[in-house]
Amino acid sequence: MSLTRQDVEKIAHLARLSISEVEMPVYVTSLSSIVDFVDELSRVDTGSVEPMAHPLDGQHQRLRADAVTQSDHHLKFQGNAPSVQAGLYVVPRVIE
Amino acid sequence: MTMLHNLSIGELADRLAGRQISSVELTRHFLARIERLNPRLNALITLTAAEALAGAAAADRRLAAGERGRLLGIPLIHKDIFCTDGVRTSCGSRMLDNFIAPYDATVVTRLKSAGAVMLGKANMDEFAMGSSNETSYYGPVKNPWDTSKVPGGSSGGSAAAAAARLAAYTTGTDTGGSIRQPAALTGVTGVKPTYGRVSRYGMIAFASSLDQAGVLAASAADAAAVLQVMAGFDPKDSTSVDAPVPDYPALLDAPLKGLKIGLLREFFDGLEARNAALIKDALKVYTSLGADTMEVSLPHLPLSVPTYYVVAPAECSSNLSRFDGVRFGYRCPAPVDLNDLYKRSRGEGFGAEVKRRIMTGTYVLSAGYFDAYYLKAQKVRRLINDDFRAAFQKVDLVLGPTTPTPAFAIGAKIDDPVTMYLNDIYTIGANLAGLPGISVPCGLVDGLPMGLQLIGPHFSESRLLGAAHQFQRATAWHTKAPGGYE
Repeated sequence: MSLTRQDVEKIAHLARLSISEVEMPVYVTSLSSIVDFVDELSRVDTGSVEPMAHPLDGQHQRLRADAVTQSDHHLKFQGNAPSVQAGLYVVPRVIE
Repeated sequence: MTMLHNLSIGELADRLAGRQISSVELTRHFLARIERLNPRLNALITLTAAEALAGAAAADRRLAAGERGRLLGIPLIHKDIFCTDGVRTSCGSRMLDNFIAPYDATVVTRLKSAGAVMLGKANMDEFAMGSSNETSYYGPVKNPWDTSKVPGGSSGGSAAAAAARLAAYTTGTDTGGSIRQPAALTGVTGVKPTYGRVSRYGMIAFASSLDQAGVLAASAADAAAVLQVMAGFDPKDSTSVDAPVPDYPALLDAPLKGLKIGLLREFFDGLEARNAALIKDALKVYTSLGADTMEVSLPHLPLSVPTYYVVAPAECSSNLSRFDGVRFGYRCPAPVDLNDLYKRSRGEGFGAEVKRRIMTGTYVLSAGYFDAYYLKAQKVRRLINDDFRAAFQKVDLVLGPTTPTPAFAIGAKIDDPVTMYLNDIYTIGANLAGLPGISVPCGLVDGLPMGLQLIGPHFSESRLLGAAHQFQRATAWHTKAPGGYE
């Protein structure tokens, strides 16, 4: 196993995912096999190769005019929210 | 008499224009097929019959007023990854089971404006992560050719619906093969355009440097008519390319004489003999049409799967961080604090494969591993890209199989992620390099369809569609329907 249970617990915490006791050993095994599989890349000589983040050359981020193009849709958007009060999203208390 | 669902988009448009049929009649015909056939396929997860009939009536009024259009009044099904205003957009996930999209994706807007009639939303692998449609929260889609087999994924519902002729065409998205692979396994034509050709606005993001929308249809000619409407610049997508869209349907018959086609050597490693024979047969068809063929090699292509399974999960882990149980989507019951809300909403809202990919991505981006995995994969991505570029100095397009095997049994690979990932070995390269690709039916193996894949340089959709169309004029594989769906 290239990853331990402790590794997977740390990754799950970073990703903010609760993982059940039943799921945990399955993830330790499958994530280890994925990491072993992608480790094949370490054998490739990529000395001076420029990393490629975007598939098209010569593209650059466009800027648009600083003008208002959107109207207020907050009521429609908040229709999908689990909990809303006075136009605000409600979450458990974070400041004591 | 040919049944309505077997007519091409061009023939349907002619009949609508000639008022031989109305859009409402056509829509009712497809809705009746969905009602009868979908229960055995699970291809649709949301039906919008009332909206469809209203849209059809509106299209009939436009037709009566003399308006004409290639897609006006013709029914389609959208993959449930495209936001549809006022209609549930689940992305195949429990996380979005209750999500009513508050706006339309640009793809949806463009097709709606053209008078296309949406019948419903297609099932898919959860968040488009899967190659078999088994990761959907709504259960697996069945392959109409054999319901014990997968239809492929992630656009499996779209592919099964197109193969069963539940609509004139369907939309899909392709991040690592998610249009071409299911198209191959269900015997339909699937087009993945160049990255940036079709807007990603309102298309729920999986891996933003790879995702591209496209179409699944009965033929390349039908796909050309649809892509014509879908493609084009969109200021709402920062990677949309501002370039004119050619008239794809008008260019389908551009002569193939002298076209240089490269047979991809790496695509035959490990390919079963019967599948390889079908590809060689297809190559002979192209030779008889006047194309010149030669072998080409992309030496880094075998690295495309490990490269993809670093890049795609990395981008997915970042994109899916928006699902936090706060603003939309699933929220766990009775969270004790904010961290608990995040962790349990995500832990309970996402399925196993999505969690696996988020964790893979989190790992390869984490401190101490970024250079070894993510940066390394981006460098290998460049090598693969450069291989394609070198090949396109010699040939106009490359040809090979779409998948290593025909459709496999439901349940056969779902417990072994790496084996499942290797399904996309022939399709992922085009996504890493942003290239357009098309899969067309090229034969049957054990009664199941196989796909021929063509990949071209950036923005060569016309050439690909023309080559696919002329192959379909010379062969009849694309006209074969699965038994019970004729």
